[in-house]
Amino acid sequence: MSWNWDHVWDSLPFLLEGFVQVTLLVTVVSSAIAAVLGLLIAIARRTAPAPIAALLTFVVNFIRMTPIVVQLVFAYFAFLALDALTVGILVFGVHYATYMAEVYRAGIDSVPKGQWEATTALSMSRSRTWRAVIMPQAIRATLPALGNYVISMFKDTPFLIAITVADMVSNALEYGGDHFRYVEVIVLAGVLFLIASYPTSLAIRKLEERIAFTT
Amino acid sequence: MPSPHDLDPSTPAIRFEGVEKRFGDNVVLQGLDFEVARGDRVTLIGPSGSGKTTILRLVMTLEEANEGYIFIDGEPLTHTREGGKRVALKERHRNEMRKRIGMVFQQFNLFPNMTVMENLIEAPVHVLGLSKADAVERGRELLARVGLVGKEDAHPSSLSGGQQQRVAIARALAMDPEILLLDEVTSALDPEIVGEVLEILRDVARTTDITMLIVTHEMHFARDVSNRVMMFDGGRVIEQGDPETIFTAPTQERTKSFLSAVLGA
Amino acid sequence: MNDDLSALWAAIPQVLEGMGITVTLTVLGSALAFVVAVVFGLMARSRTLVVRGFARVVIEFFRGTSLVVQLYLFFFVLPQLGWEMSPITAGVLAFGLNYGAYGAEVVRGSIAAVPAGQWEASTALSLSPVHRMRRIIIPQAWALMIPSLNNLLIQLLKGTAIVGFITLFDLTVALDKLRIATDLFFAYGFGLVLYFVLAYILTLGMNALEVRAKHRLGQGESLREALSFRTPDARGSVA
Ligand SMILES: Nc1ncnc2c1ncn2[C@@H]1O[C@H](COP(=O)(O)OP(=O)(O)O)[C@@H](O)[C@H]1O
Ligand SMILES: [Mg+2]
Repeated sequence: MSWNWDHVWDSLPFLLEGFVQVTLLVTVVSSAIAAVLGLLIAIARRTAPAPIAALLTFVVNFIRMTPIVVQLVFAYFAFLALDALTVGILVFGVHYATYMAEVYRAGIDSVPKGQWEATTALSMSRSRTWRAVIMPQAIRATLPALGNYVISMFKDTPFLIAITVADMVSNALEYGGDHFRYVEVIVLAGVLFLIASYPTSLAIRKLEERIAFTT
Repeated sequence: MPSPHDLDPSTPAIRFEGVEKRFGDNVVLQGLDFEVARGDRVTLIGPSGSGKTTILRLVMTLEEANEGYIFIDGEPLTHTREGGKRVALKERHRNEMRKRIGMVFQQFNLFPNMTVMENLIEAPVHVLGLSKADAVERGRELLARVGLVGKEDAHPSSLSGGQQQRVAIARALAMDPEILLLDEVTSALDPEIVGEVLEILRDVARTTDITMLIVTHEMHFARDVSNRVMMFDGGRVIEQGDPETIFTAPTQERTKSFLSAVLGA
Repeated sequence: MNDDLSALWAAIPQVLEGMGITVTLTVLGSALAFVVAVVFGLMARSRTLVVRGFARVVIEFFRGTSLVVQLYLFFFVLPQLGWEMSPITAGVLAFGLNYGAYGAEVVRGSIAAVPAGQWEASTALSLSPVHRMRRIIIPQAWALMIPSLNNLLIQLLKGTAIVGFITLFDLTVALDKLRIATDLFFAYGFGLVLYFVLAYILTLGMNALEVRAKHRLGQGESLREALSFRTPDARGSVA
């Protein structure tokens, strides 16, 4: 069976539609949710009373160590009032927030103890300390790891097929089923992922080197 | 390959001929010529960054010169001249050459995944082809020599810095090298244990005829052990002679100021 | 709740069957991934451009093109090109190659992270490159790579939850059946805990490997000491 370019050109608009309307949309919105929620979790784990912090740690680990697909299906049935895409965005946001919380935690831990002591010596308030001294130093080092999680989420978005969201891969399967021909569409979907993710990971690697070089 | 003992005794153990070494645009060594006779103990001194470590690393083939030639016992080390051209020698040749040379590092570099005895016998068994029993026996002798009897099964991480460096010296000696390179072997040690390591090296110098190329800031040690001192600056030998002369009556201004800086005089 | 329990009792064979597939895919997939990781991780360090280039292309392809796409590639595309394979084989290949590609980067990075002094001391002792890699570098790199490999192993276990897409009856599919027999919260609560326990067991195993590997490098306690019973106080003072 030989490669047929017609299938590529025929299916491309359909795949791109799924790519923009679902794959990219979910990646962007869920990343934003994960970045903010992850930060809140990391700070809460450092500042909340011990029992609450411990409970939070358990919940975070539980979400991290269980499959996002199962979480998607569970949330899909649990929140029938929401449409599948919204459920997907929320679950991706929460699931990846638990990864990003770990990244922030490592970043916060990497700020030398002397920095905390200096803010105490200067009688700075807790919130001022976090905002003006700790976070600016912590976040910089976390950027590459956060970026890698965004790429990872991007490549996980086809999991949404489990809750009937029509993303790029789902469209590829639909086209493939209609034409009894999967070769070109699946490869095309893979290539589109690669085109988007590879340059991004190269850029992150560059960023990583620059951060390592300037600190 | 001729055994070194068949060689004309006047053949130098180490010979640098027009050696140039660059790191990017930074020319570290330029047109460097010198010889170390067999059995010589030569100490290299000079300010930090003058290229002393680089010279030892070139001899150990951890670095490669950009120009010029290095000879060990009259044989080319990494490059040879063929029809006026500089030709790189095969890895196999370099391997053979390396077996004659041992090195002790500033940071010891013991293998943490092996016990002390395993560190000592790894290369003798697998490179020289000694039987394990012979290698272990020799390892015991060497441990006794560096004052670490009973530490055979210890992990390097459980030893003090001074003990680790003594194991590293024993490990280098276990290969029975003709040439021993010592790069600031006491610089990473606490001042109070520098002496025990130097004492062992003095003993090695007294009881063997190993050619030694030494980089150190311990001027007393250099004076006791070496029969020649070479002062480096700007990638060149600016002055050399017997330790007595160099340390008491240097002729070059830069040698004088360097010595007064390190001796704190 | 009682109804749920009896329904769960009735569904146990199905849950076990699903878990069997999940565990099979995890074990075979991670075994293949480990081999791929070591082979391509070493190839990616080769001094020969062709070897290194080939490794890079394979690694970037499997890292860059999404696990789900690869699963369909083995399930739909290869059969259309004449390579028939069972869904299990397709799953093992997809998981093994995808996570193996990530693992190759871990292997490569850990080898590069072994201090330069270890390489140089090996050279100074005239150890051959193969000998140096096998006896000096790999044992040290191994201790460095275990935490990252553990992460990948957990990712792989969780990743297997998509094999329902290619008609396999795994734990996740079994949970959907259980949901119909019981109710949503019971079934998925139960299922998530099962996955959590599996992941936890794998993590304990990997932690044990790490303790052992580090102990061999003379860092930290031996596995026996780490597993011995101690009061919380004693453990606190160890940490
Ligand atoms: N691997 C390297 N890459 C770049 N520059 C190097 C490297 N090794 C040494 N150099 C440079 O070479 C010069 C000589 O270094 P070195 O031989 O270590 O001096 P010394 O041992 O006399 O202090 C220094 O300027 C140093 O910065
Ligand atoms: Mg130096």
